[in-house]
Amino acid sequence: MIDDTQPLLQVEQVRKLFPLKTAGSLVPLRAARRTALLHAVDGVDLSIGRGESVGLVGESGCGKSTLVRLITRTLDPTEGSIRFRGEDIGGIPASRFARVPQRKLIQMVFQDPTDSLNPRYTARDTIAEPLRLLGNLSGTALSDRIEAIAALVQMPRELLGRFPHQLSGGQKARVGIARAVALEPSLLILDEPTAALDVSVQAVILHLLADLREKLGMSYLFVSHDLNIVRLLCDRVMVMYLGRIVESGPARQVFEAPRHPYTRALLSAIPGLGGEASRRIRLEGDPTSPVDPDPGRCRFHGRCPKGQDACTRSSPSLVQMAPGHAVACHFPESA
Amino acid sequence: MTELAGLRHVRYVLADNPVTAGAFALFGFFVLLALFGPWLAPFDPLATSPDKVLQPPSAAHWFGTDQLGRDILSRVIVATGLDFGMALAAVLLSFGLGCALGACAGYYGGWIDRSVSRLADTIMAFPLFVLAMAIVAALGNSVENIIYATAIINLPFYIRVARSEVNVRRNAGFVEAARLSGNTEARILAFHLFPNILPPVMVQISLNMGWAILNAAGLSFIGLGVRPPQPEWGIMVAEGASYMISGEWWVSFFPGMVLMLAVFCFNLLGDGLRDMIDPRRRT
Repeated sequence: MIDDTQPLLQVEQVRKLFPLKTAGSLVPLRAARRTALLHAVDGVDLSIGRGESVGLVGESGCGKSTLVRLITRTLDPTEGSIRFRGEDIGGIPASRFARVPQRKLIQMVFQDPTDSLNPRYTARDTIAEPLRLLGNLSGTALSDRIEAIAALVQMPRELLGRFPHQLSGGQKARVGIARAVALEPSLLILDEPTAALDVSVQAVILHLLADLREKLGMSYLFVSHDLNIVRLLCDRVMVMYLGRIVESGPARQVFEAPRHPYTRALLSAIPGLGGEASRRIRLEGDPTSPVDPDPGRCRFHGRCPKGQDACTRSSPSLVQMAPGHAVACHFPESA
Repeated sequence: MTELAGLRHVRYVLADNPVTAGAFALFGFFVLLALFGPWLAPFDPLATSPDKVLQPPSAAHWFGTDQLGRDILSRVIVATGLDFGMALAAVLLSFGLGCALGACAGYYGGWIDRSVSRLADTIMAFPLFVLAMAIVAALGNSVENIIYATAIINLPFYIRVARSEVNVRRNAGFVEAARLSGNTEARILAFHLFPNILPPVMVQISLNMGWAILNAAGLSFIGLGVRPPQPEWGIMVAEGASYMISGEWWVSFFPGMVLMLAVFCFNLLGDGLRDMIDPRRRT
């Protein structure tokens, strides 16, 4: 039934456009009103293999979160297809997705462990919920499973009865992870899982995540702007800029020999210990507006250090430069 | 959470705040009166005695007697049940309906939000007491209709509190996480958002109880709803009002004082309830 040759997740040409409210007159004039569209995700292709760990990086507002919400199916795509284990799940309305068998296979660890835990649910309640609703567990089977998962995320049993405000940041992060892995999903999306944590706790949580992936055989989609974490944990990296993937490839290749000028700038901004400040590439200018962008022009033009006239005439598409390494740029760096 | 921890928390809040403890004690006293009023009252509240008309407070009649010789203390005690019952029913009605409407408006937005908000605005546009009078006059002069009228005029407050509290939380991480845990939208609203809006709504309930009592008594005062022989604080104040000038102050003073005390008690209760229900105050 399940086709093993298919990638776990395959997203094709997916777009999400948000209509913006236009500041109109009090009496709306139908003819004069044309809603502006915010192109949050604008034609993204991506695939995640079984057991693979993929990093998604990009600056704030580039559409990472929208893409994640499309993949977790809490938001409906405007266009494009999302296939999970060969089955099209992009067409199922988000409002109905809670009752679909794929729900328990796609789970997520949220960015802010405080915000993502219901303040009125104890750790036990929070972990129990997916098991009850999606795993159909109850009674002793449920409490046994909760304790097994708590042990898996190395959370002391005594903490299960506590409310979020009685837990530390790292403990809250563990509850969030426990909830996400409780049903042993095949795809786990991690939205900056360590961004809200202390550096000391970050390392512990990252180790835990790496361990869990091995134990449960999950695929990871790791969303982050901490490039060092992505480098450590991911097999493959995708770089997103204004709703599009501008570079994707094996993590090593992308980090060692970035082809896209934006990726180069991003990587040069990683704070290092060496005195390499002079090598930092500074991007001038402001990003293009994501509201009704000109389709016939490179989105990065205006900030790109290599921008030329050709960049204003057509928008580059992703082109395979090396096996598995694709870049969307008219003037990519040579390897 | 275990029941034991819950009880310990209630005790902690009470010990921490003596005013709240006092309000709760007073509330408990009123509840006792409301439940067991007919057995606690020293005299029959309806029995008239022409030989003891308009007697001032004495050892036998602590609150004195009224123009028909009825014992005011007994009438005040027995009236507690009716006044509390009317207020409680009205508040529960507007709490249930108002929270459901307001929470849906705040969660789903769009046309639901627009129509519910306009409904609340429309009710608020009337002078509320006059609206209540009009509703009772239109529906008919009965105790149930006083309850409906009081519920309707309190509705906008619940709608607004529920709407705004849900609205600020609908994009919270835990709501999105609840979706991934398999909750449908209706379940999220009922089991994730609703418990979180309870603390502010609880305060509203308590403030509203006082107000609802005042409203029900007010309607009775002007002669709507409760019929005369029945003891009710509003009617008793109204009946005694004409004797104030001639010096028989006790006829309306005691029912009025008890009414004031009840409203005061509920206003104090609000803060205490919020502390008890808010898990962040749990230690």
